[in-house]
Amino acid sequence: MLTIDQATYDAIVAHAKRDHPDEACGIVAGPEGSDRPERFIEMINAAGSPTFYEFDSTDLLQLYKEMDANDEEPVIVYHSHTATEAYPSRTDIGLAMEPNAHYVLVSTRDCFTDGGNDDGPVEFRSFRIIDGNVTEEEISIVATLS
Amino acid sequence: MAIEVKIPTILRTYTAGEKAVSAEGKTLSALIDDLEANHSGIKERLIDNGDLRRFINVYINDEDVRFIGGLDAELKDGDQVVVLPAVAGGC
Repeated sequence: MLTIDQATYDAIVAHAKRDHPDEACGIVAGPEGSDRPERFIEMINAAGSPTFYEFDSTDLLQLYKEMDANDEEPVIVYHSHTATEAYPSRTDIGLAMEPNAHYVLVSTRDCFTDGGNDDGPVEFRSFRIIDGNVTEEEISIVATLS
Repeated sequence: MAIEVKIPTILRTYTAGEKAVSAEGKTLSALIDDLEANHSGIKERLIDNGDLRRFINVYINDEDVRFIGGLDAELKDGDQVVVLPAVAGGC
């Protein structure tokens, strides 16, 4: 199960909406082994694409050095799908390289209405992806992490 | 000649859980062969068809090796090598 606080949940959704129709991506880091998503880090999608995301290689190194120095690890790796459901694609599964992370997918496909509003429903789901096996998990949204 | 190589979580099965290992080589290619000699199986995770895998990033002293010669990038004593899988995907 993924336990996430409301502010971090809202930040991920806001990022996904802001970057729509391109895919948004980022990480929520936390102390190594804690399973606590504490530090929200928005990343730039270097692919700038509605169908692909990739962290810029320089940003990626910077991020991992920072986490290393803080004894942190990526607790959540998130990205959005802007025209398809919030489920890992074959590419997502093939490229998932963080066995300890919760892979969060947000779909913004139904959240933009014709009038330009963005308050339609957003799908928000979490998965473990290990050795090509996808397991969906429950999400508990709490006011603050205890 | 010793070069420190940082290993990402997903490849630590090859290094008995070690986050960093020591290796030798005058080029990245030679360094990876030396890694393979001590951590069998790791080379195949880094190289495909004679080139660095598209979604594996390798840095020498913070420089992405793609910009400094790829597998031919030169190494010297004391250099720091970091291996990081790309964080990427797509619908």
